Amino acid sequence: MATTGMHQGSIAIVGAAETERIGVVPDVSMIHLHTNAARRAIADAGIEMSEIDGVATAGPSAIELADMLGIRPRWADGTMIGGCSFMALVRHACAAIASGAANVVLVTHGESGRSGVGRANNVRPATSMGGQFEAPYGALAPYASFTTPVLAFMKSRGFTREDLAEVVVSQRLWAMPNERAQRRDPIDVEGVLSARPIAYPFTRDMCCVVTDAGGALVLMSAERARDLPGGDRAVYILGSGEGTESVIVSQMDDLESFGPFRRGAKEAFETAGVTHDDIDHVMFYDAFAHLPLYMLEDTGFVGKGESAAFYKEGHTRPGGKLPINTQGGGLSYTHSGMYGMFAIQEAVRQLRGEAVVQVPDVRTSFVQGVGMMFGAGGSLVLGNQRP
Amino acid sequence: MSAGPVPIPTPETQTFWEGTAIGELRIQRCNSCEEYYFYPRPYCPGCQSDDVEWRVVSGKGTLASYNINYRPFPIFESKDPQVIALVELDEGVRMMSNIVDVEPLPENLELGMRLAVRFEPRGDQFLPVFTPETRS
Repeated sequence: MATTGMHQGSIAIVGAAETERIGVVPDVSMIHLHTNAARRAIADAGIEMSEIDGVATAGPSAIELADMLGIRPRWADGTMIGGCSFMALVRHACAAIASGAANVVLVTHGESGRSGVGRANNVRPATSMGGQFEAPYGALAPYASFTTPVLAFMKSRGFTREDLAEVVVSQRLWAMPNERAQRRDPIDVEGVLSARPIAYPFTRDMCCVVTDAGGALVLMSAERARDLPGGDRAVYILGSGEGTESVIVSQMDDLESFGPFRRGAKEAFETAGVTHDDIDHVMFYDAFAHLPLYMLEDTGFVGKGESAAFYKEGHTRPGGKLPINTQGGGLSYTHSGMYGMFAIQEAVRQLRGEAVVQVPDVRTSFVQGVGMMFGAGGSLVLGNQRP
Repeated sequence: MSAGPVPIPTPETQTFWEGTAIGELRIQRCNSCEEYYFYPRPYCPGCQSDDVEWRVVSGKGTLASYNINYRPFPIFESKDPQVIALVELDEGVRMMSNIVDVEPLPENLELGMRLAVRFEPRGDQFLPVFTPETRS
């Protein structure tokens, strides 16, 4: 693929930060979750706000973000493909920097998902395809819509509700020592299954937490990153992919497998020039417990029908051979609404050796996002060394 | 009449909603590739042909997947669990709907079970919903 200029370590993440506080933050409006994370990420990079010449965000407009920060960028990207927008925005930032359209790009996320302070109204219009053909049936909240294909997926593989619960248990083990995680109580399969039912087959703990939180990234060329005081903390974009499917979940091409996971991950691995065996650490966007199971199979880490056993055998847990969602994920750590930014943040921390629960010797991380229910996907291969 | 969000037809979907109001489930079919498709569009999303037509379909299908939503939004004015289903019509398209006239329990909802459409008033529209098919 002719995308080497933006991949294989040409572009680096040099600043990364979450908002100072996450969880319940009722005294900060949505846009200032963005600005708090942005200013922290810029400080983390050791640069000045005035050096930012490109801004990218999803939710509020890039205009609002830049103006709030007091800057006048020459490049703006407002790609909105749901929770995986941030994987796509990182990918777009790489293309912009590689082509010279921007030099230093800020990518931000922030949502007052819990407290609803300054939150945008994101209800689908009654004229939209979702408004006409899904909302009337009750598919309004993500727990009522994102979960509709799952029984077909489970039946095709002989999976049970216990298999969904195993995902929750694995991720809780990562969250328990993490003081920033929203759910930290120990839980076992029985505990997950006996939790309050939300939308069969899902119980409360199989659904993500709902929080106020933000995060931001600063990207620049690897050449330029080398000259920064913290240049040795740079995280390199090795490969990436993205894609879209249907605007309403009922129309996904295949209820049992998601095309953007398959195609985006394939492109990310190909552009990175690495294989699954080269990956030390994985972040899978987990708004609900079924997503890591789809993703493990669709991104090619295991074969069809093998994901549940992989979780049950403990390979994804602390000490396992493929640590997944190592801050607890959306199920236990945080989930403001569009979680993708937090998956990238944890991958960066692991690659820098700065995670709360650090996996030893992480050199590469694979990050898979999902957006707008089964609407879009974004994939990144990150590394802490230039190839 | 059931309370809940009311769909607002657009020019491209109006034929669908005019059909439900008179007890017809109308789905578009491409005369070029001879496939049905859903949701409504004025061209075939499969082959891009403009030669498409509306057909009244059987209203019969199977249960492909579902959830039982125990937390309906207040707009439904009822806390009764909803069966939010994905229905594969015999003509080959999939649509979301509710399964009604059954207790919302997993043992009553076997994937692959046969379903038949009926129409339920909602605001100024009629929604296609599905019930277990009865042999008559």
